[in-house]
Amino acid sequence: MSIVERQPPLDATERAAIAELIAHYPTARAAAIDSLKYVQQRRRYVSDGTLHEVAHLLGMSAAELDEVATFYNLIYRKPVGEKVILLCDSISCWITGRDQLAAHIHQRLGIRQGETTADGRFTLLPIVCLGDCDHAPVMMVGDTLHGNVDTAALDAIFQPAESDTP
Amino acid sequence: MSAIPRLPLTRNIRRGAAPFSRAEYEQADGYLAVRDTLGKVEPASLIALIAASGLGGCGGGGFPTGRKWQLMPGKDQRPGPRYLLINADEMEPGTFKDRLLLEGDPHQMIEGIILSAYALQADHAYIFVRGEYLTAIERLNHAIAEAEAAGLIGENILGSGFDLSVQVHGGAGRYICGEETALLNSLEGRRAIPRSKPPFPQVNGLWGCPTIVNNVETICNVPHIVRYGADWYRGLGVNGALGTKIYGVSGRVRNPGTFELPMGTPMRDMIEDHAGGMKDGYRLTAVLPGGASTAFLMAENLDVPMTFADMAKHGTRLGTGTAIVLDDKTCPVGFIANLQQFFARESCGWCAPCRDGLPWVERTLKSIEAGEGRATDLDLLLEMTGNLGPGRTFCALAPGAMASLQSGLQYFGPVFEQHIATKACPWT
Ligand SMILES: NC(=O)C1=CN([C@@H]2O[C@H](COP(=O)(O)OP(=O)(O)OC[C@H]3O[C@@H](n4cnc5c(N)ncnc54)[C@H](O)[C@@H]3O)[C@@H](O)[C@H]2O)C=CC1
Ligand SMILES: Cc1cc2nc3c(=O)[nH]c(=O)nc-3n(C[C@H](O)[C@H](O)[C@H](O)COP(=O)(O)O)c2cc1C
Ligand code: SF4
Ligand code: FES
Repeated sequence: MSIVERQPPLDATERAAIAELIAHYPTARAAAIDSLKYVQQRRRYVSDGTLHEVAHLLGMSAAELDEVATFYNLIYRKPVGEKVILLCDSISCWITGRDQLAAHIHQRLGIRQGETTADGRFTLLPIVCLGDCDHAPVMMVGDTLHGNVDTAALDAIFQPAESDTP
Repeated sequence: MSAIPRLPLTRNIRRGAAPFSRAEYEQADGYLAVRDTLGKVEPASLIALIAASGLGGCGGGGFPTGRKWQLMPGKDQRPGPRYLLINADEMEPGTFKDRLLLEGDPHQMIEGIILSAYALQADHAYIFVRGEYLTAIERLNHAIAEAEAAGLIGENILGSGFDLSVQVHGGAGRYICGEETALLNSLEGRRAIPRSKPPFPQVNGLWGCPTIVNNVETICNVPHIVRYGADWYRGLGVNGALGTKIYGVSGRVRNPGTFELPMGTPMRDMIEDHAGGMKDGYRLTAVLPGGASTAFLMAENLDVPMTFADMAKHGTRLGTGTAIVLDDKTCPVGFIANLQQFFARESCGWCAPCRDGLPWVERTLKSIEAGEGRATDLDLLLEMTGNLGPGRTFCALAPGAMASLQSGLQYFGPVFEQHIATKACPWT
């Protein structure tokens, strides 16, 4: 991770919140995922520095916590855009045209899987079946689930992003 | 008093509307089973009741729930914490039934947990919900708070002397978390790598303590069985089966969705009557009856009752009961390649055959689909279905992946050969 991506140290609120998460479990490390998700919600991703600090609070080594963090695809260890686009690439969405949607996103936002738009608004990541196959094709943008997505819906969802750019 | 239901699991679910609050749920006779049971019925007789009902696991394996519960050592044999762990990791492609139950009637889930935990004398329950199910997580947390406020969860519930805490644990992705022993590791804050079985979680689960892992739908059946009895439950099924099932179908049918139907309903009835048949211009070629890790059932066998036993007669499995339709405008090779891409990516990497074999299978299928296949590829793929089959890998992920490939090679052999011979996909 590059040095420019340094995040501020955990503040008192964050430390208290993690302590509270730890109190929910018989062992501190069981709160690892909750804690990583919590800091990520506030900081968008988990930098090396943040990882070290969280590991300390959990009584784990940074390497141990990183082993956990890097296993799970919803924990981001690199910077991501303001909103992450999760476009389902599993079977029912594939049948109903998710590849065309991915092509449309590329055309419209200029990003492929794993990439972030130049304006930092969106990152496109692969995702397995979102458990909403009766509304295929399906995607999440940030915390919002969108079903029966077509190119017109994509245009509507990404409209503000484009009107922002000069 | 409400009438005795025929479709108990969805009776409170109003699609597209907010779920019942605790008050509404109680008005519909909710939590009556808890009130009539805690401190009044022996936990052991509750376990016997569930065993007598014949309830089977709805997570895909169909293992008898009562028998699993009986295998948990008693509190006298194993003092200390005991856990109930609800598997709401639902990530099997084509599976979307637990979402309906969690979002549609969270209090039914909570009531099932209270009764099951009481039967098992478990003092803590966790609901492991996949991280993307944000609405389900929010609604469950709300329902738990309502139940706590009403004294239905917590210490000395309804004066019965029984204590129970219920906690939602949101996941952070990865399909393998749904495998019950990987689930234990994930909840403990480790990589979700499966553990060897035996010992089963019943004996050696969370933090080494006895733990029962059950699917969402399995536990949602419990309040109804407690309230209406084992005979009532057994009488709900058709074609020799028992209970009801949340079935579902996706793909190019007119009305894809979930449907609670009597267990044993023929696949054809679900697809033609409930899902409205195929969309105009599409014909059904085959279905995967219960998610991505089940084998193809061909169009001519559509009249098979959707039960564990009947599906096995046709070389496939009921799995999660949510079917995926392969239509005539979709290339079977591309379809299988997409499934293998999923399994290859979601392999946890613990054992070599799966970690190295699945990406190889995926690449081979994609090259065939792209018109770059070689004649020898088919024999090699067939060999892989053996190498990654049951008993060859550490958990059921890889054998699950091989189900569609093995049956696909069997039923669609000429289609594979055509791709290789003409160096192109006939569908593009
Ligand atoms: N719902 C979903 O999203 C998914 C479901 N599945 C399903 O999962 C199944 C495979 O999962 P497994 O847990 O490996 O299946 P399994 O058939 O080995 O076990 C099913 C349940 O029965 C218990 N059990 C089995 N044999 C036992 C014994 N001898 N003693 C005590 N308990 C025993 C297990 O502990 C487990 O809870 C497949 O049938 C597949 O359809 C697979 C992937 C995803
Ligand atoms: C790779 C893999 C993923 C699984 N995912 C799930 C899942 O998401 N939900 C589930 O209930 N069971 C899942 N299972 C099955 C569980 O291991 C276990 O059998 C089930 O939770 C037991 O509950 P039941 O007896 O109520 O069906 C999975 C199994 C495997 C091998
Ligand atoms: S079969 Fe695959 S998912 Fe299961 S333990 Fe082996 S590598 Fe992991
Ligand atoms: S396959 Fe895309 S949501 Fe299930």
